[in-house]
Amino acid sequence: MAAHLSYGKVNLNILREAARKDLREFLDKCAGSKAIVWDEYLTGPFGLIAQYSLLKEHEVEKMFTLKSGRLPAADVKNIIFFVRPRLELMDIIAENVSSEDKTRSPQDFHILFVPRRSMLCEQRLKEQNVLGSFINIDEYILDLIPYDGDLLSMEYESAFRECYLENDQTSLYHTAKGLMTLQALYGTIPQIYGKGECARHVANMMLRMKREFAGSQNQILPVFDTLLLLDRNVDLLTPLATQLTYEGLIDEIYGINNGYVKLPPEKFAQKKQGETSKDLPTEPKKLQLNSAEELYAEIRDKNFNAVGAALSKKAKIISAAFEERHNAKTVGEIKQFVSQLPHMQAARSSLANHTSVAELIKDITTSEAFFDNLTVEQEFMTGVDTDKVNTYIEDCIAQKDPLIKIVRLVCMQSVCNNGLKQKVLDYYKREILQTYGYEHILTLNNLEKGGLLKPQTSSRNNYPTIRKTLKLWMEDANEQNPNDISYVYSGYAPLSIRLTQVLARPGWRSIEEVLKMLPGPHFEERQQLPAGLHKKRQQGENRTTLVFFLGGVTYAEIAALRFLSQMEDSGMEYIIATTKLINGTTWIKTIMDRPESQMS
Amino acid sequence: MSFITANWNPLGDAFYRKTELYDMCWNLRDSGLRDSLVAAAHYGGPIALLREPQRRSPSSRPQLEIYLASGISITSFPWKSGPVVHIGWTVTDELLCVQEDGSVLIYNLFGSFKRHFSMGQEVVQSQVLEAKVFHSPYGTGVAIVTGSSRFTLATNIDDLKLRRLPEVPGLHGKPSSWLVLTQDRQTKVILSNGPEMFVLDNTSCTPVCPPGLSPQYGSVVHMCVSFSYKYLSLFTDTGHLWTGSSNLQDKLSIVDTKKKTTPNQMVWCCRPQSQQLSVVLMWDRLLLVAGICGDTIQFPVDDPCVLVGELDGVRIINSTNQDLLQEVPLVCQDIFKIASMAPGALLLEAHREYEKSSQKADEYLREIKEQSMLGEAVRQCVEAAAHEYDANTQKSLLRAASFGKCFLVDFSPDQFVTMCRELRVLNTVRDGAVGLPLTHTQFKQLTLQVLIDRLVYRQFYPLAIEICRYLKIPDYQGVSRVLKHWASCKVQQKDLSDEAIARAVCVKVGDAPGVSYSDIAAKAYECGRTELAIKVVPYLCLTCACACACACVCVCVSVTPVCLTCVSLSLSLCARHLSLSPVSLSQLLDFEARSGEQVPLLLKMKRSQLALSKAVESGDTDLVYTVVTYLKNELNRGDFFMMLRNQPVAQSLYRQFCKLQEQETLKDLYNQDDDHQELANYYITASYREKRLETRLSVLQKAVDEFNKAKNEFAAKATEEEMRLLRFQRKLDDEKGAGLLGLSLQETMEVLLSLGLHKHTEQLYRDFRLPDKRYWWLKLKSMAEKHEWEELEKFSKSKKSPIGYLAFVDVCMKSNNKSEARKYVSKVTPEQKVRAHMVIGDLEGAADAAIERRNDSEMGAVLSRCSTADCLLIDRLNRARVSASKK
Repeated sequence: MAAHLSYGKVNLNILREAARKDLREFLDKCAGSKAIVWDEYLTGPFGLIAQYSLLKEHEVEKMFTLKSGRLPAADVKNIIFFVRPRLELMDIIAENVSSEDKTRSPQDFHILFVPRRSMLCEQRLKEQNVLGSFINIDEYILDLIPYDGDLLSMEYESAFRECYLENDQTSLYHTAKGLMTLQALYGTIPQIYGKGECARHVANMMLRMKREFAGSQNQILPVFDTLLLLDRNVDLLTPLATQLTYEGLIDEIYGINNGYVKLPPEKFAQKKQGETSKDLPTEPKKLQLNSAEELYAEIRDKNFNAVGAALSKKAKIISAAFEERHNAKTVGEIKQFVSQLPHMQAARSSLANHTSVAELIKDITTSEAFFDNLTVEQEFMTGVDTDKVNTYIEDCIAQKDPLIKIVRLVCMQSVCNNGLKQKVLDYYKREILQTYGYEHILTLNNLEKGGLLKPQTSSRNNYPTIRKTLKLWMEDANEQNPNDISYVYSGYAPLSIRLTQVLARPGWRSIEEVLKMLPGPHFEERQQLPAGLHKKRQQGENRTTLVFFLGGVTYAEIAALRFLSQMEDSGMEYIIATTKLINGTTWIKTIMDRPESQMS
Repeated sequence: MSFITANWNPLGDAFYRKTELYDMCWNLRDSGLRDSLVAAAHYGGPIALLREPQRRSPSSRPQLEIYLASGISITSFPWKSGPVVHIGWTVTDELLCVQEDGSVLIYNLFGSFKRHFSMGQEVVQSQVLEAKVFHSPYGTGVAIVTGSSRFTLATNIDDLKLRRLPEVPGLHGKPSSWLVLTQDRQTKVILSNGPEMFVLDNTSCTPVCPPGLSPQYGSVVHMCVSFSYKYLSLFTDTGHLWTGSSNLQDKLSIVDTKKKTTPNQMVWCCRPQSQQLSVVLMWDRLLLVAGICGDTIQFPVDDPCVLVGELDGVRIINSTNQDLLQEVPLVCQDIFKIASMAPGALLLEAHREYEKSSQKADEYLREIKEQSMLGEAVRQCVEAAAHEYDANTQKSLLRAASFGKCFLVDFSPDQFVTMCRELRVLNTVRDGAVGLPLTHTQFKQLTLQVLIDRLVYRQFYPLAIEICRYLKIPDYQGVSRVLKHWASCKVQQKDLSDEAIARAVCVKVGDAPGVSYSDIAAKAYECGRTELAIKVVPYLCLTCACACACACVCVCVSVTPVCLTCVSLSLSLCARHLSLSPVSLSQLLDFEARSGEQVPLLLKMKRSQLALSKAVESGDTDLVYTVVTYLKNELNRGDFFMMLRNQPVAQSLYRQFCKLQEQETLKDLYNQDDDHQELANYYITASYREKRLETRLSVLQKAVDEFNKAKNEFAAKATEEEMRLLRFQRKLDDEKGAGLLGLSLQETMEVLLSLGLHKHTEQLYRDFRLPDKRYWWLKLKSMAEKHEWEELEKFSKSKKSPIGYLAFVDVCMKSNNKSEARKYVSKVTPEQKVRAHMVIGDLEGAADAAIERRNDSEMGAVLSRCSTADCLLIDRLNRARVSASKK
């Protein structure tokens, strides 16, 4: 079920199993039949840990979504609330509990806080006079969720906004805690590198927490050699650019949520059962995307332009495999063929699915609009005319293209120019306000706070220096057989990944100047290992680095890191962790303010 | 050594033995254990006696006495509370005294009162008839049956939840026998009432009939359950003993004891991997071991005694001595059974001969080696040593093992070494002065951690530390933990001055890793020694009122504690007083760890400011929120805001809180800080909550004022613009009912154009200084939508288009008007010609333009659009491409 988590260099299934064990233990604490009331936000992340069957085994009979008013009737002994520690949710729970029918057979209430219990919330429940109604109040420490064989996510959407706009470091505390859990399972990570304010903060907390547990050294041979903490605001450019890997494009166009994507159903109509079934399905097609699917693992990180070739090659292999049946003569051969059949059929349906997805995407990537947008992005990234008002953006505003698209472009221009001239900036802002409404003044303010949009200060534009030193633009990116990470954006090499790459070799000392230009401090810390746990490295054995993106990471960046892991001479394996998987659109969305939507 | 089997008694195919543990040190006078309530804890725990509990007159009170398992008295005092029905020990060696009125008093090992709880109000009336203390995976529980024949349970006294069990039909007074057992995570009561038996759980009372126990055997009058809750035994009034599984599914056997009287006590005697389970029954003059095979062993008893069921046997305590009755472990049988040929037995014999310098040693060894059983022999000897209580027997077995080991290559010595160490520890704690008669099996089950805890609890600190060091336990789990307990105990000593205690604690504990000073301080605070608490872990700098890391160092010299920054200055001072070498700063920092834990304590001690900074340091935002909420209620608003101002992290968290919960406070906060930008944003947000336009405008005006104060000219102007737009929209809505309010400027103009209100559009264009480009786009799109093609053409010619003419082509095509679109193709700039042709689907035109421009990529673009039908065109383009590339 979750075997794909254990394929990688680090067996992340250990983490998942630990999480499942905790869950089972909590459920067993509430003896008898149960109903779970879900904080809706949590269902996605929990799906990555445990399917319904696990809950069912532990007598969970009903599931509801948390909403105000009365709880739906359920003939169960226990009602368990699975919630994030948020005050507004406490009010709803209080309403649920106090409006409960006292005459019915009494039910036991429990709360499970995810990822941590909160005194503030318990206080609120107490004020509402319901705290005493709960038999168990517990916490379920779910910080880092195993997302794929080499990927951990906290699924903490608002982390960037909280850290950079609201100075609320809750997510960083959870990060540090999560990293401590990880170290408890996989050994102390001897080296910590970091860049950015938040990275520094997390590292400080980790070191502090380690001191607090001084003496309780765990005796596990370290699995990770290095931890690299990177602030998202060190590299604001990358998520703004349109990702050009297969997975990246699926996310850009349709959005991947907790490992699932919903696609328009037309292309997936069943072609079997004759031609009669003309009525197309109306429900969106839901696909799970992870490395458990062999074909997907193969193509997800390719540049989209190389996907077509890969798919047709695969098609040939599969049909050749089916042709084998004609060669099967003896009973033994036939038997062997039949035994492979389920696997082949799965491969064929997987191929059919991805061919349809690729067609859907191709319709979009071949459109003029997509091309124009990409051209402008690439102009900015190469530093062409970043100091002037861009005609394409103007036209897009005039045609009222989606605001997020505009914001992505304007921010990109600002980042690539190290800020815009006051006149240019004001012009864009005015255009946006007049076209999309004045309420967006708050969003613009947020973008400025987050450094995505800023007026140029007297200092000169340092982006070209950064670009040249880190080789962020590669003129002849090879999309089919890449030899550099720049293939993920067809030319642009993500800054964050370049930093990672340079750290591995030749080291950050070689780029001190550039590091100083990027926001926040860079640092290195060492954690003492107990004697006897120092790794004796085999000749040619790869080192393992955990790269933690504070504030989100894109699929294209992940693809680039996987590319580095696979490079023969890199000598480094990367495991990726993040607060949330993002793309430009979902990211900007969390930064936006919409006062008018609160009006109702 | 044949005498070892002297005390072995055969039972079925197994043997049982009775080993003496102690000559009891106590002096129980004449009455002995008679007329007393006795409770002896499992795992060789303490023994409590309540003598003559029936005595009620104030002149002669019952006496409560607590002893170590070896009979050494720990404490003794007269019982002054109400009449006691039952006493029992918790898993953590605390004494529970259940009183008749349903209240349960908890005492520690030293007889000091800890707390009490009640088994329910209704019990005061009906009174407790009988009570039982039981252990479950959740902890220690108490069950009672009341005068109204109702059962009440508390499964864990540390997390008290009373469960009143359903009524038992036909039960008056107390049942003839009952017990509590834990099964499948559920706690149940099994009881017998006359001929009937019931199982009681939280919701139901089910009559049950044990398999194979037909009515002819009579009614159940006594029952007991095994240590692991796996087996149940029932004694009937006809003298039959039924044994079976505790879920009443299977019968093991029925044995006729031929004794009609109800036994005083009945206890299971089994061990992990028992060969022959048995039940021990005790009458006034007889102790009977009844194996499930039907065999029995009888021991005469001449003094009242108490049976204590253990994991691997039964302890029998009487007024003079204490014995352990257990099944002889298989490995011991193998070695010591007469004429045994087991490899272990041979090895033992070989070693004995070796010590006598006899060549027979070699013969025995050869015999073992021929069967290649030497490894097995060593293993047997080591294992058997574990089960022997006598140190000499242990030694001879271990020596034999060590001897055998010499003839083995590649044999891991780990098991042998560990066993030697563990036995040494066990022999020490078995000593009468320590009084923990643990068997090796029990010790393994209990774990070393718990053993150390128990030593600490009995205040054998030096021994505990010695053991930790001897077994090389990591400091955090070992020495540090012992020290922490010692310190917590020390601070409670009332006869010492604060100063002396603080000094003693700091000298001993020093910087032992993992010792939480907050815990120690909390203890001190708990027993009312606030000053001491502050001294022990003050972290409080009185010079600058901030966190301090070197309190301990400073306490030692009894100077006022100072904070870290001050420390670096005063280090030399401390060092001088202490005549020590200066402590390095990083060492000092270690003292400061675990700040998260100090916060609640600091709040309790009313050091709120310090609590806040500690909370912020810890990074735990929930902790910060907790302190902030506390401060909010404690301080007046002004002081509260001031305090926040000094802690930006706390302040922004509080802002977050206000944003969601208290909008008004948010405004005050910004006001206090003169944060005009945020204040303006606040008003902007607020304006959207206003329904009436006038109020909305006045709120926006406030925003404008604040933006101005914040010197944010752009935002001020934009907001003024917004107000202007709102007024305009309202006016036009009133006049024309256009429904504009709330639309953006662009949308407003679109609506105006679609309504044909060109003048008003023009007015907005000028008033709001729209860029020409956008205005042109606006008009262009609106005309195309309304299919005003003539107007459009006129417009296109009114002046040179600021947005070029490709836009015209695009827009016309969007309205599917190819012929109109074609009109503008010629006007398009050369760079966009190819594209314009392509938009209207004129490939040939596009090709012409591309060839003319000799632009390879454009030609490529056209080519990619060509279908196979356009072979002529393809040809032409290809040729042009080749020639272009040549030049």
